[in-house]
Amino acid sequence: MQELMKKRAIELLADGTCDRVLGWEKGDFAYDQTPALFHTAEELRASFVYNGFSAANLSKYLVKECRAGGKIAVFLKPCDTYSFNQLLAEHRIKREMIYVIGVACDGKADVEKLKDAGIDGITDIREEGECYVVSTIYGDKTVKKAEALAERCLNCKSRKHMAYDELIGESGEVVPNSGRFDMVEQLEAMTPDERYEFWRGELSRCIRCNACRNVCPACTCEQCIFDNPKSGVAQKAAVNSFEENMFHIIRAFHVAGRCTDCGECSRVCPEHIPLHLLNRKFIKDVNSFYGEYQAGEDPAARPPLGRYEKNDIEPGEAGGNRA
Amino acid sequence: MQRIGVFICHCGTNIAATVDVKAVAEALGREPGVVFSTDYQYMCSESGQTLMRDAIREHKLTGVVVCSCSPRMHEATFRKAAEKEGLNPYMVEIANIREQVSWIHKDIAEATEKAIILGRAAIAKVHLNKPLTAGESPVTKRALVIGGGIAGIQTALDIAEAGFEVDIVEKEPTIGGKMAQIDKTFPTLDCAACILTPKMVDVAQNEKIRIFSYSEVESVKGFVGNFKVAIRKKARYVDEEKCTGCGICTEKCPQKKVPNAFNMGLDTRRAIYIPFAQAVPKVATIDANYCTMMKTGKCGICQKFCGVGAIDYTQKDQIVEREYGAIVAATGFNPMKPTQYDELGYATCEDVVTSLELERLMNAAGPTAGTLLRPSDKKHPHTVVFVQCVGSRCDAENEKGKPYCSKICCMYTAKHAMLIREKYPDTEVYVFYIDVRTPGKNFDEFYRRAVEQYGVHYIKGQVGKVVEENGTLKVQASDLLSGEQLHIDADLVVLATAVEPDKSARSIATMLTASMDTNDFFTEAHAKLRPVESPTAGIFLSGVCQGPKDIPETVSQASAAAAKVIGLLAKDKLTCNPCVAESDEMLCNGCSSCEKVCPYGAITYADKEFRGPNRTTLIRRVASVNAAVCQGCGACTVACPSGAMDLKGFSNRQIMAEVDAICKM
Repeated sequence: MQELMKKRAIELLADGTCDRVLGWEKGDFAYDQTPALFHTAEELRASFVYNGFSAANLSKYLVKECRAGGKIAVFLKPCDTYSFNQLLAEHRIKREMIYVIGVACDGKADVEKLKDAGIDGITDIREEGECYVVSTIYGDKTVKKAEALAERCLNCKSRKHMAYDELIGESGEVVPNSGRFDMVEQLEAMTPDERYEFWRGELSRCIRCNACRNVCPACTCEQCIFDNPKSGVAQKAAVNSFEENMFHIIRAFHVAGRCTDCGECSRVCPEHIPLHLLNRKFIKDVNSFYGEYQAGEDPAARPPLGRYEKNDIEPGEAGGNRA
Repeated sequence: MQRIGVFICHCGTNIAATVDVKAVAEALGREPGVVFSTDYQYMCSESGQTLMRDAIREHKLTGVVVCSCSPRMHEATFRKAAEKEGLNPYMVEIANIREQVSWIHKDIAEATEKAIILGRAAIAKVHLNKPLTAGESPVTKRALVIGGGIAGIQTALDIAEAGFEVDIVEKEPTIGGKMAQIDKTFPTLDCAACILTPKMVDVAQNEKIRIFSYSEVESVKGFVGNFKVAIRKKARYVDEEKCTGCGICTEKCPQKKVPNAFNMGLDTRRAIYIPFAQAVPKVATIDANYCTMMKTGKCGICQKFCGVGAIDYTQKDQIVEREYGAIVAATGFNPMKPTQYDELGYATCEDVVTSLELERLMNAAGPTAGTLLRPSDKKHPHTVVFVQCVGSRCDAENEKGKPYCSKICCMYTAKHAMLIREKYPDTEVYVFYIDVRTPGKNFDEFYRRAVEQYGVHYIKGQVGKVVEENGTLKVQASDLLSGEQLHIDADLVVLATAVEPDKSARSIATMLTASMDTNDFFTEAHAKLRPVESPTAGIFLSGVCQGPKDIPETVSQASAAAAKVIGLLAKDKLTCNPCVAESDEMLCNGCSSCEKVCPYGAITYADKEFRGPNRTTLIRRVASVNAAVCQGCGACTVACPSGAMDLKGFSNRQIMAEVDAICKM
């Protein structure tokens, strides 16, 4: 797969389809890949990588690249294509500047799970059927995928590419009843006090590194309100420890109805806060109030929170499950 | 720092009886930036305004807070007064301490505290207020009337009389509405058609009036003075221009079994039809649900017989775009179908009819040519029982009916009873009522005539059950005055069913952004003082769409609505609201969220060049607001994910300042 992709990227650079390729390169550690731009065949041969650790959603990087001009080829996994469409819908990227290579994805490994399973000194990873073979400095280790996949991949919502110019590997289908709302349902079943305690427990670990915001493909504001001194919330000293947590609640409201549930926020959180649950609660509510809607499925669709319908739910009715 | 003056109004005792106005004036006087604070008995009075103007002059005020009634009442008064002293009118803020405080609280300490808090919020806002200047927008000198019943007809005629163009959009093939179906009108008993049809002809002949019959309003954009309306002309499969209304097609059409809606389904008509002889426009319409040609592609008889080639089976719905300065809702009503009352037997017994059905049974142009015959066996009824308030005046919890009085039933039932007794003296007539309500000129006299001269049996009580037995309707009822159970063998039972707003009203209200009450009647701007205006500027109300009313009342209200429309159309320009949205281009992401929610189409996008880092330029897609079109609703400011959209006069900062002031302990 990786070699196929590399070969194709080199071809696209050579035939002028694009002048640079957005992909992944090895980081300091094998599992620590970073998104990278490749301008030449040499660069691609030297450091392009695609394997079970190529988790990053590359679509957000296109916002900056579209401003720089030229033509960009990008590798997008199925879930990344939802973000891509959402960015198109919001006019943040220009379709004609981008050549999308859809790549098949069987889920990506969560390195923390590997480490928890006692696998250290990781140097590489490859897929073999239902298992990952992890190369380490201590030799190869085999682990079942079901035990190593990231949460968002275990509850994968779709293996279908929503946009592409060409495919490498096959595009799958949307996964019905993916189970991604199971945890949200558990939270809904809690009493308000229990829920408050749950979130306090999670959010109080936040160190405000802003990684979730910086990685989020829905967070592409010209100037984030948290960076804008005029907004009255930027760099504001917290009155109490809960106010710090408001950052995440404000962010969840900001991306409500636009979040495609790509799960990058939770992936990059160094404190392992399940931030995706906030977004999934909004998605679940939007689905139940306005009918099934998946942001990024169709860039021409009018989002339920961005339109009015005569039979829209009334605010009083919407507050139903507030205990 | 602003120099703010605070004025607390007593509103006589309206405010002062519940709010310690002196304490409010004193507390607000200590707020930062407040240089003058006082209370006065009636701030809106001439002397109250003078007090304010003197203070502006003497204390060099830059901002004013008036704690008084709702800004809907006197905001304009105080802004004008401030303007006379050279203060920008938008530097005046109102804290509503009447509707929001004194009228809803009993405890003086609590009310006083709340009044202080609301005053403080207004002061916090004034600190951030900026002088605003209003622009102007032109007025399209044409009105749209939605609904072509007597209300719409009268409104249109009056507007046209003043020299303005009017369009009537009527969803049925003809104008005339419910009044065209009525036989006689109370209290004078003139024939409805005789007084309505001349008006219909007037409408047809008036050069200023254009009728869109068999048409519906598809969408409404714009705002007062500048509405853009899309009208769907439904395909009637007959060329309106060519059709002469000769009626040959309606005689030759072989499909004879179509329920005749105009006669309340009491007889049948053809698939191609003209609802009634005096229809306007007198043009045939094909009912595609029944037409054999439309359904099977075989027939074409009407086309064959049409001398002018008006039949066109391929006709499609057409969308016509028109511009208007004002819109009048005259969507009217329907009598409720009483099918949910099993005990009254409407669904099961043919001889249980509604009052409007009875109108058709008594009308010379109706299914029985005016002879009162009951539907089941076409025999003359000798005992007729009227049941009042069917579906009206129900408990709020009773989902079967309406909580309101339908207002017209007492009078038309008296009319029916009287007409039956007049024409058929051998017929006994019983009326079961809860109350008989006959306020109105010559109304009570009319009702008494029914009782005293015509010997109609009025019984205070309710009908519990109607069942059919061998062609007789067994009516079980209670006489509340004598406390007796009554059993009457009736030949015909007539139900005075509740008046319901037309089903189309709800979607039209949504398109017009006009508000409605829980019963789907349009809401007035003010129940007493602005009864024919909707709270939405440029939208006016005519007829039963606003509440149940009889013909004389409908006609007066229709003319009143017309007067309001004429007042608007007579202006060449309207002063715009300067509280409009503006976009901060440095923050705008170009995502189009605002554009999608804008109900007025005021937001457009353009690629603009911006300075980038290191002397570069970059092109960004940014929103801009057309201030002449924006109505300041603020929908965009909440839709904007980046906080780039803001509303002048109600900026996010101002609102946050108010919230902070309220939350400050």
